[in-house]
Amino acid sequence: MTHILETRQLNKRFGGLHVTGNVDFALDAGEMHCLIGPNGAGKSTFFRLILGEHLPDSGQILFQDQDITRAKPFQRIRQGISVKFQVPGIFKELSVRQNLVIALQHHVDPRLLAEEIDRLLEFLNLSHAQAQLAGNLSHGQKQWLEIGMAIGLKPRLLLLDEPTAGMTPDETHATGEMLKQLNAEGMTLLAVEHDMAFVRQIAQRVTVLHLGKVFAQGSIDQITADPRVAKIYLGEVDA
Amino acid sequence: MDNASPLRRTLALIQGPQTLGRGRRFWAGFAVVLALACAYPMFADSYDVGNNVYFFNWLFMALGLSLIWGYGGSLSFGQTAFFGVAAYCYGVLTINLGDAYGLTLFSLVLAVACSALFAAVLGYFMFYGRINGVFLGIVSLSVTLVLERFMAQTAGPEWAIGAARLNGFNGMGGMPSLTIPWPGGPIVLYPDLPLYYLTLALLVVIYLGLRILVNSRFGNVLVAIRENPLRAEMLGYDIRRYQLMAFVIGSALAGLSGVLYTSWGNYITPASMGMTAAALPIVWVAVGGRGDLTTTLVGTLLVLIVFQMLTIHGSQYALVVMGALLVVTVLVAPRGIVMALVEGAMRLTRRKEAR
Ligand SMILES: Nc1ncnc2c1ncn2[C@@H]1O[C@H](COP(=O)(O)OP(=O)(O)O)[C@@H](O)[C@H]1O
Ligand SMILES: [Mg+2]
Repeated sequence: MTHILETRQLNKRFGGLHVTGNVDFALDAGEMHCLIGPNGAGKSTFFRLILGEHLPDSGQILFQDQDITRAKPFQRIRQGISVKFQVPGIFKELSVRQNLVIALQHHVDPRLLAEEIDRLLEFLNLSHAQAQLAGNLSHGQKQWLEIGMAIGLKPRLLLLDEPTAGMTPDETHATGEMLKQLNAEGMTLLAVEHDMAFVRQIAQRVTVLHLGKVFAQGSIDQITADPRVAKIYLGEVDA
Repeated sequence: MDNASPLRRTLALIQGPQTLGRGRRFWAGFAVVLALACAYPMFADSYDVGNNVYFFNWLFMALGLSLIWGYGGSLSFGQTAFFGVAAYCYGVLTINLGDAYGLTLFSLVLAVACSALFAAVLGYFMFYGRINGVFLGIVSLSVTLVLERFMAQTAGPEWAIGAARLNGFNGMGGMPSLTIPWPGGPIVLYPDLPLYYLTLALLVVIYLGLRILVNSRFGNVLVAIRENPLRAEMLGYDIRRYQLMAFVIGSALAGLSGVLYTSWGNYITPASMGMTAAALPIVWVAVGGRGDLTTTLVGTLLVLIVFQMLTIHGSQYALVVMGALLVVTVLVAPRGIVMALVEGAMRLTRRKEAR
């Protein structure tokens, strides 16, 4: 199995705080992987390192066997990584449609752009809202819009930071099905998630991050059966 | 539409999501305003017409600031630096080269190019050095104030470039007006009808050109950066390059204002880069509505005219009113007063149509 993403001994400190410590992590091409861990475990920071928003203090990041440790964020995106942030990052004062135009214009033929966006709006269930300002959408719709912008780039690897936060159970389930469809089309997914039902719905493998370190890894059944994992969520283990 | 030629597709961008005004009604209104502007000299004294070109001269700088600040979200407080650089360049070049053979037009282009180059260098260090937000304003303001100070101490005879004396705070004068070579004898663009029409034509071309620019892919990215720079970068855009390009274009327009102003009055002083001069474009653009080219244009023209009327009663008094106007705008209509009026009118018509 080839790795689409690999981190080697990745370290990041903020002042005295060791946010990621020697993270060795590998993601198989084509898999759906969930990253879980208590608040403050360093999950979002790990994403930011992969994206280049932060640079690591030491260690290496490989994407499709290329070293991207020092690449600029926009270069990593162009190589095929895309992200949905934890806090919805949309263009609030622009229409829903315009948000998608900006995401797609740079790699879609202008003659096909309108059609492509119609299809994406349909997929996201946002066709009726396309003329609204993105800032006026409900929280769940904002999440979907941003997922739409992220997948509009047709990435090889999609990073999702808490994609279902604030969604109703129905919306969460629909999101899961949407992601499974994308995965079936060949997209590799790495999602940070708290909702265990959702993790069960989509994840083939799960990694637990705790205090900036890989704490456990395995199938969802192995992880939920692991008593040490249950304990860190109750705050009883500190290493 | 899908199979339209690239040229047709480009022209179609003259209206779009990033500009107010679309459809027959708007363009009919545009045509009427343009016709009135063309007819105005027939009903006015040619001396007044020439004087009033003064108002047009500033609009290029205002449109440029709208692009940089209103569309791109970077508040530059120092657009007068590029105004001044181009103005002095024009003066030095034309005093040395003279006004024959279309050399004043050559000087215009070279002077604007100088201000664009200066903006490219300064902008490179600012944007790639990650100077954002208020710091961008502080740095750009410092630059224009330093230039003002520098030019103000060039009174001595040693401060001359060729035949052009810089003349310190008294300012440089005596440069020729723009002159178009013509078979029947050159047309000198004194403040008179030909200059009026030339400036108006430039204004229309640049206004329409900018409309196309802000509705293009480039403009889409620019407003995306204004709304959320991190998201824009994480869509694969090299945001610093876009910010820099907008800054250079907007600053070249400030430079064009500088050249036109200098040619119009045959005079330029360091005060044109001073604190007051630097603050005024912010007022024009903010009061009109920086987020749209048309509200910027209308707002700037109105504020300039009001300012001129007040100046008759004393320039200090006029400046205080400008400050008050800015405060009122920020408090009451942060997106601009003209913008608020337009939005109000649109809401009213929509409600009427709904009934
Ligand atoms: N820019 C930063 N500066 C300082 N500390 C930070 C920064 N970003 C995150 N942290 C700290 O790093 C730790 C991990 O944060 P984060 O990656 O957001 O965790 P998670 O996403 O797993 O909840 C937290 O203790 C947080 O306070
Ligand atoms: Mg997080």
